[in-house]
Amino acid sequence: MTAVDLVRLHTRETLSWYGGLGLLTAQVARNIALPPSYLWLVAREIDTIGIRSLVVALTAALFTGMVLALQSAVNMARFGAENYVGPVVALSILRELGPVLTAILVGGKVASGITAELGSMKVTEQIDALRSLGVNYVKKLIVPRLLAAIVVFPLVTTLADGVGLFGGMLIVVFERNVDAYLYWNTIAYWVVIKDFLTGIGKSVVFGALVTLIGCYNGLATEGGTEGLGRSTTATVVQVAMGVIISDFFLTKFFLFLFW
Amino acid sequence: METPPIVELREVRKSFDRHEVLRGVSLALARGTTLAIMGGSGAGKTVLLRIADGLIQADAGEVWLFGTRIDRLREEAILPLRRRAGFVFQGAALFDSLSVFENVAYPLREHSALGEGEITDRVHRLLSLVGLPGTDEVMPAELSGGMKKRVGIARALAMEPEVLFFDEPTAGLDPTNARVVAELIRELRLGVCSTAIVVTHDIELADMVADQMAILHQGRFADVGSPAELHRSTNPDVRRFFAGELRADP
Repeated sequence: MTAVDLVRLHTRETLSWYGGLGLLTAQVARNIALPPSYLWLVAREIDTIGIRSLVVALTAALFTGMVLALQSAVNMARFGAENYVGPVVALSILRELGPVLTAILVGGKVASGITAELGSMKVTEQIDALRSLGVNYVKKLIVPRLLAAIVVFPLVTTLADGVGLFGGMLIVVFERNVDAYLYWNTIAYWVVIKDFLTGIGKSVVFGALVTLIGCYNGLATEGGTEGLGRSTTATVVQVAMGVIISDFFLTKFFLFLFW
Repeated sequence: METPPIVELREVRKSFDRHEVLRGVSLALARGTTLAIMGGSGAGKTVLLRIADGLIQADAGEVWLFGTRIDRLREEAILPLRRRAGFVFQGAALFDSLSVFENVAYPLREHSALGEGEITDRVHRLLSLVGLPGTDEVMPAELSGGMKKRVGIARALAMEPEVLFFDEPTAGLDPTNARVVAELIRELRLGVCSTAIVVTHDIELADMVADQMAILHQGRFADVGSPAELHRSTNPDVRRFFAGELRADP
């Protein structure tokens, strides 16, 4: 196979992946309002996606806030701006790191789990079995996960934001001997509600994106257990890339919206 | 007025990666008929069966199920028609996280307004019918291949379908289990569901259950007729199939 053939093949696969994801998104949009509502499945998924991902998300947030405060404090002290560590940490976490890290960590975990589950159902014909029984598999398997992610990601991001800010405060107070009141006061002065809403808005989109990637890769799984392994690995990579790339466009969008 | 066939395919074509599996297949399945579609491995039998139930979309031709053309319908629009049909998969395709009871009860919980008592009664009746009473709590992983197929049949029968699609019901089974499944399919014809398409390469099974037989070769039916007619057929492909010498396309 020549290099040109490889490029052509890769391009075709990439376009086919984006096309498939787009078609699945359209199918989900068509089905989201159809009965039955499967609310109990949404509740179950909220538990699976949210509660069981909290430890990972919050631990990452705590240490991210601490690292950010440490780096900011040391370097901002060089030009006498150590008092502004609080707003720097808060803006970084609320606008970027909170939603992005949560989406990559929780999203990677959740989406790879979804891919593994749906992929396993696909290769053992259980998805076809559902279809043959007249069950709307999009409504049953994908819509509840999507709705749960749209609810859970902003909630987990909000908690991660809080824990990240708390981590920053720990460093500022105990490592740099700055008053906690000053830390929170400067944050309250410089940070506005749209900073928080920007991050929450992103987390809603990230939740939908990672769930759709996980579901699509699961449903597109072919080639037995080997194919399942490939799909799951691809999901982890695509979720990380998808979050980072879409973050740029979402940042542009929210800057346009709020400024 | 003449009743339309339960399943009708008109000049159906299907390709995978430029390999044409079906090259213009037509069939009409009348109510009360069991059609056995036979052919070598890779002949396209399973693809044909899945197209008939709308699980795969044909590239060209028309597919009719219960008098409705389904080849241009969206998945959501086909679902009510599929509820009137039962599909038994080659690998049974049982839901591996659910017990035998829950597998059979699944379509009833999804689509019927039956109470828990009625669901329990019907599931127990179906499990007895397929010879598996008392297996309610058993998980699919604990079942043998033959038992899985019989649970698959019970699940397909749960909604009292008007037509059954069997995909290689005896493949991979030992002779005893294959016979049990074949006899079960024959019994179903006598009351539970008299219309079926059975895809198989098992000649003994086809002889036992079919009113009509069709041999699929090179993407088309080489011949269609009653089992007796096909056994007498002078068509060289049919003769080679019965002699075990017919190979599917590479």
